[in-house]
Amino acid sequence: MSDSLRNKSNNFKPIKFIVWLFVVSSVMFFAAFTSAYIVRRAAGNWNVFELPQVFVYSSILIVMSSVTLFVANLKAKQANIAQQKLFLWLTFLLGIAFLIAQYFAWKMLVSQGVYLTGNPSGSFLYVISGFHGLHIIAGLFILITCLIAAYSGLSQEKNLFRMEIASIFWHFIDILWIYLYLFLFLNQ
Amino acid sequence: MYNSVKKEKMEIVLNQHTEQMTHHGEHAHHDSFWTKYVFSQDHKMIAKQFLITGIVMGVMGVMMSILFRIQLGWPDKSFPLLEALLGKWAEGGRLKPEFFLAMVTIHGTIMVFFVLTAGLSGTFSNLLIPLQLGARDMASPFMNMLSYWLFFSASVVMVFSFFIETGPASAGWTIYPPLSAVPKAMSGSGLGMTLWLVSMTLFVASTLMGGINYISTVLNLRTQGMDLWKMPLTIWAFFLTAIVGLLSFPVLVSAVVLLIFDRSFGTSFYLSDIVIGGQVLPNEGGSPILFQHLFWFLGHPEVYIIIMPALGITSEVIATNSRKPIFGYHAMVYSLLGITILSFIVWGHHMFVTGMNPFIGGVFMITTLIIAVPSAVKTFNYLATLWKGNIRFTTAMLFAVGLVSFFISGGLTGLFLGNAALDINLHDTYFVVAHFHLVMGCAAICGMFSGVYHWFPKMFGRMMDEKLGYLHFWITFICAYLVFFPMHFMGLDGIPRRYYAFTEFEFMKEWLSINVIITWAAIVGALAQVAFLWNFFYSIFCGKKSEQNPWRSNTLEWTTPVEHIHGNWPGEIPTVYRWPYDYSKPGHEDDFIPQTVPHSLTMSSNLYSDLNGNEVAEKIQADWNQQHNRTVEDFH
Repeated sequence: MSDSLRNKSNNFKPIKFIVWLFVVSSVMFFAAFTSAYIVRRAAGNWNVFELPQVFVYSSILIVMSSVTLFVANLKAKQANIAQQKLFLWLTFLLGIAFLIAQYFAWKMLVSQGVYLTGNPSGSFLYVISGFHGLHIIAGLFILITCLIAAYSGLSQEKNLFRMEIASIFWHFIDILWIYLYLFLFLNQ
Repeated sequence: MYNSVKKEKMEIVLNQHTEQMTHHGEHAHHDSFWTKYVFSQDHKMIAKQFLITGIVMGVMGVMMSILFRIQLGWPDKSFPLLEALLGKWAEGGRLKPEFFLAMVTIHGTIMVFFVLTAGLSGTFSNLLIPLQLGARDMASPFMNMLSYWLFFSASVVMVFSFFIETGPASAGWTIYPPLSAVPKAMSGSGLGMTLWLVSMTLFVASTLMGGINYISTVLNLRTQGMDLWKMPLTIWAFFLTAIVGLLSFPVLVSAVVLLIFDRSFGTSFYLSDIVIGGQVLPNEGGSPILFQHLFWFLGHPEVYIIIMPALGITSEVIATNSRKPIFGYHAMVYSLLGITILSFIVWGHHMFVTGMNPFIGGVFMITTLIIAVPSAVKTFNYLATLWKGNIRFTTAMLFAVGLVSFFISGGLTGLFLGNAALDINLHDTYFVVAHFHLVMGCAAICGMFSGVYHWFPKMFGRMMDEKLGYLHFWITFICAYLVFFPMHFMGLDGIPRRYYAFTEFEFMKEWLSINVIITWAAIVGALAQVAFLWNFFYSIFCGKKSEQNPWRSNTLEWTTPVEHIHGNWPGEIPTVYRWPYDYSKPGHEDDFIPQTVPHSLTMSSNLYSDLNGNEVAEKIQADWNQQHNRTVEDFH
């Protein structure tokens, strides 16, 4: 096979496109939740409660992680692998910190008397933040593939490709959380 | 002179091919049985896997329909054979009501999702997108393989639900809560419903992986010269179908996720004020209508996911076998685009009688009725393509024309059902059953059969038998009308769907005789499918060997060798110079000009509009025309 079929480098563009399409389907998934939230809220019988303060801190953490990933990408482009590794680790740890913060937010909700069961207003909060958390976990796995690329000395082309995939996905779940938080905040 | 030039050029091309083929041979892949037939990443093999799994599921779906038709035709009669076959589900030779409902549910689910979504899109998108666009394979062959195996697992789980104590899901293919949300509601709401949800989750994952791959391939891997407006209408249809799926299936997942939370974790998204056996359930504050909104946001686009690939296949088959360019190529694309967009803003017409605000009902009514416009554009374009064509009645062509017939007769009743006021009377009656079976069931399955007969030579290198094909078509066509046409009148009379025995209600009794006729027609129609099955499986092994381009078609897939090779084309991927519908072009000796033939080889038939305003080419053409005393009407 002389041309492009087995030459993976020519397959980067379609694969990147696939990631974008996955982002689109994910957007629809969460759009369904938030639309359901609005429809259900409009029907009445809706408990109103305050959002836990921790969500503010987790939002700050996730934005910071986006910044560090951006820097890591920049360092990768400059072929500064040591710095790239450092900022990748920072991103990874901020991602973990975000998950821990979300866990504390749930604990605060429970202490406020908002449970998964009961009035749907609380259930929605758990389901929405829970499925966003699953996306973060998926994002962490993608970051691991980048770390592997950086440590095993893959070709710069592949290293940059993985960084690009991770950037698309990680910035997406960052923006997604900001949207979800604002949505929940404005609908309190 | 022109002929000898053409021959010389062809010889050169052929020589190049043989050279590259020997070159290719040295690097041939050595596939084992497992990588070639089972975990294959080759789109052509995956297409066959989808098709055969789809056919197997289709056979099951048809058998279920025959079972419940027997119940509807002879509600009080005992058939000992049924008890022998189904055991406790047909005690005393009569189907149990629970089993009747399970049959209706799984028949709907299998036909809608497993046969007409995965079987149709999965087969033909996989086969044709790379072949008609000139790509070596899909954007991600690995994801493509995963897509098939997820679909296969979904099928296994769905079929497995027949073998559990409490029976399969029975809440209808739309699984409305609370019937689906409360495990105690009926026997099928327990484990059967759980398996249904697991199966559908796998199915959606499969569809999304497939669809994402199709979109990425269409946008990124077209061969040189294949711009979007040179794509065959099949590809346009598959492409837009994949977009509809990408945007709507995630919403079904959300709906199913909330349903799973209600079933298993005690939330109340869809449940409120439920009393079972005198006991009040703790759930409070949920809304079952919410589920309907989420479900139909997928559910309605889903019917277009079913019909659009069938429409695309029909466009291709009708143009090829009428030996005419498709009438209104751009209009066909824009109408598909219109259907794609409109499909997302009409879901409310399934919910007119849920207590919806009449104003919103009116909005949904208008958007629904607007869909008639692009649909009618497509229909008239099919008819105009057929008009004065040099029609060849291949089996594929018969089924394509069959689709047009069903699409018209089923589509017209859509105008009635889309009307919020009329729907009060028609909702949930046999009128609905008649409507959607004709417009998306029969029409889409005709499109699928048309595709199978047309591309069978491409898939298996052999031809299917035409005579058996005719037999298959005519019996299927006549029986389908016999089955579904009388249902319109039952619906107008107010007979509700999904009722177990017509003998139980005085006002339904007079329709029993019609039910017997329908059941007989269904049985004969189902037997006709045996002709297809025999023809299909026999021809795979013993059919007449096919030529490279048996239908004298223009599209790229017929430039690949009959014997499948990995990567589709030996040597280079062909370049595309023209649109795919140059059939019977005046001035050309053959009645077709493949997309790979450059305009420099067809001086005798070129129009100035073919030359895209290229002044040099126009000058050469003008000189040629003068030398050969050719006058062209579109000379500016």
